[in-house]
Amino acid sequence: MSVSVLQTVLENGQAVAAHRPWPRVIVTAETWTVLGSGLAGGAWTLLGLWGEVGWVHLALHESTSGFIGVASLACPEGRFPALGRLHPPAQRLERAISDLVGLQPVAAPDTRPWLDHGRWPLRHPLGNARAPTQPLPPYRFLPAEGESLHQIPVGPVHAGIIEPGHFRFTANGETVVRLEERLGYVHKGIEHLLSGASLEQAARLVGRVSGDSTVAYALAFARAVEAATATEIPTRAHWLRALMAELERLAHHCGDIGAICNDAAFALMLAHCAVLREQVLRASAACFGHRLLMDVVVPGGVARDLAASDVDLLRALVTDLRRQFAPLVELYDNTASLQDRTVGTGFVRPVLIQQFGCGGPIGRAGGRAFDARFTSAYPPYEQLGFAPLTRTDSDVNARVWLRIGEVGQSLALIEQILDQLPIGPVRVDVSRSGQAGEGMALIEGFRGDILVWLRLNADGTVARCHPRDPSWFQWPLLEAAIEGNIVADFPLCNKSFNGSYSGHDL
Amino acid sequence: MRTWLFRNVLRSPLTMPAPKPSAAALAELATRVDQTARQRLGRSLAIRQVDAGSCNGCELEIHALNNAFYDLERFGLHFVASPRHADVLLVTGPVTVNMKEALERTYAATPDPKWVVAVGDCGRDGGVFAGSYACVGGVAEVIPVDLHIPGCPPSPMQLLEGLLALLQAQ
Ligand code: SF4
Repeated sequence: MSVSVLQTVLENGQAVAAHRPWPRVIVTAETWTVLGSGLAGGAWTLLGLWGEVGWVHLALHESTSGFIGVASLACPEGRFPALGRLHPPAQRLERAISDLVGLQPVAAPDTRPWLDHGRWPLRHPLGNARAPTQPLPPYRFLPAEGESLHQIPVGPVHAGIIEPGHFRFTANGETVVRLEERLGYVHKGIEHLLSGASLEQAARLVGRVSGDSTVAYALAFARAVEAATATEIPTRAHWLRALMAELERLAHHCGDIGAICNDAAFALMLAHCAVLREQVLRASAACFGHRLLMDVVVPGGVARDLAASDVDLLRALVTDLRRQFAPLVELYDNTASLQDRTVGTGFVRPVLIQQFGCGGPIGRAGGRAFDARFTSAYPPYEQLGFAPLTRTDSDVNARVWLRIGEVGQSLALIEQILDQLPIGPVRVDVSRSGQAGEGMALIEGFRGDILVWLRLNADGTVARCHPRDPSWFQWPLLEAAIEGNIVADFPLCNKSFNGSYSGHDL
Repeated sequence: MRTWLFRNVLRSPLTMPAPKPSAAALAELATRVDQTARQRLGRSLAIRQVDAGSCNGCELEIHALNNAFYDLERFGLHFVASPRHADVLLVTGPVTVNMKEALERTYAATPDPKWVVAVGDCGRDGGVFAGSYACVGGVAEVIPVDLHIPGCPPSPMQLLEGLLALLQAQ
């Protein structure tokens, strides 16, 4: 690995002692802006940007060296230099900081609220919360001007069984010239509920930030807690966590492949993929007691061990899924009418993917070889044979094929895990040193990399916890993907992204 | 593709036998829904799902109702795209403050007679999100609820048992 420039820049700051496993450094406003320029220049990728009373925090990743670090800037005056002005991916995060914490990004290009729709009984719930004294001005959508343009507002309540959000299309005939998203409808105040919560309560909450990624979130939370408290968990627990994470990926990738094809009016694929998905969920319930595996990964290990007989059940599942999946892949490959809809649709330029640090299958289908399982190699993945799959065509078809490849990969990983599963205990008590501590974790969910940062109080409760969903860096690219496509292809593009509303809105 | 379809015609179906309607759901309906309304229930029902702030876990299991194992449509229950076509609103989530008005409007857009089913622990009382500044609480805080199907999330079987109670409520 090459020398890290990011590390050198951060060494100018003042390191915070109790932050693990990566360093957190208090920086000056000048360094803050240097970091912003580095992000804009593509030297580093934005991993997260969040605030608390008096502070903003910025997590960065340097892909050449693999270095990860957090920079913190004090905001005694309630302001900080906006990074969004240099680096657009920071804009929505800064709008959220302004809504939730009340810190103002100075010279921000977009000062509209984001999560706050002017309806909450509180302003700045994570800052100096107080009741609103005056209503927020009406939300201004960005103007789109030109002859014969018309607008199509969609949502928040959508036509299918999906989450709520608002989409404002501006179209010229059938062609979309601009899509603007407005999210925040499912904001539940999770970060506020987390402050002061016990570890047990907090684990349940973080496991419900986005229900479809419950394993990945619970894992990220558990690893952040274990980092903050320097807790070593038993080896078997690492392996069982990875097993569950792969079952989760398998179930949702199967579901997504079917759902994308269904939105291209090829319902047969959905019918068959839904059967595969159901088989995975039933196996999960049989092995771990919950179909979606909620609350099984906990700080200190896992709440439930895998019985010896269940190993055979999972092996049979893998064999069975392989047998059923192969002809489905062939069907996709041989159905020209289906590919006619997916090839070339919803193309996202790879430079945008890099700029936004877009993760998961969308990022990898657009040439970004980032996969937290590989890049930050948490156990047991460093002992498993696998490397991220990538493509460069970056359209709906590429996202389908990427998921198809990852289904095969997850099946192979499950087999490897079952072959090498160590024996022993699966849970320890989290160390209670009686000291405050901070931890962070980066975990690959089926949708992309999930970041959880937290600070624990000396009594073991959560002081502040910030979960960052991969969707933050994917939703903005959906706006780019649909440009120049026809309105009728929006569901297809949207499904191929499958962003989380709940994970984003928090 | 033709061989594919042919092979599946010959295969025995995956669909499971129908469960019994949930006794708790029948009891709840008996106390809440009056006789005339109950006579209209028990027929084919069009369901509109509304996510009023869920974590999306409940949606995953509602989706599963459409797969070959549960095959909801064999009971005459089907999902529709508009509240204007719906008899039943299937509502999930702790009703976020930001979704409250959208839920009220969806309810108002649904023609009478209509029934509301609140799904999940969140739909019952806000679940793990209860007490947040950004959540109103259970669905019943916002619109009248006829039936609760608790669980986090309720399994497709539990959902099916609850929905079948709607069909047998007469
Ligand atoms: S009941 Fe559970 S699964 Fe359903 S929305 Fe609430 S937290 Fe999610």
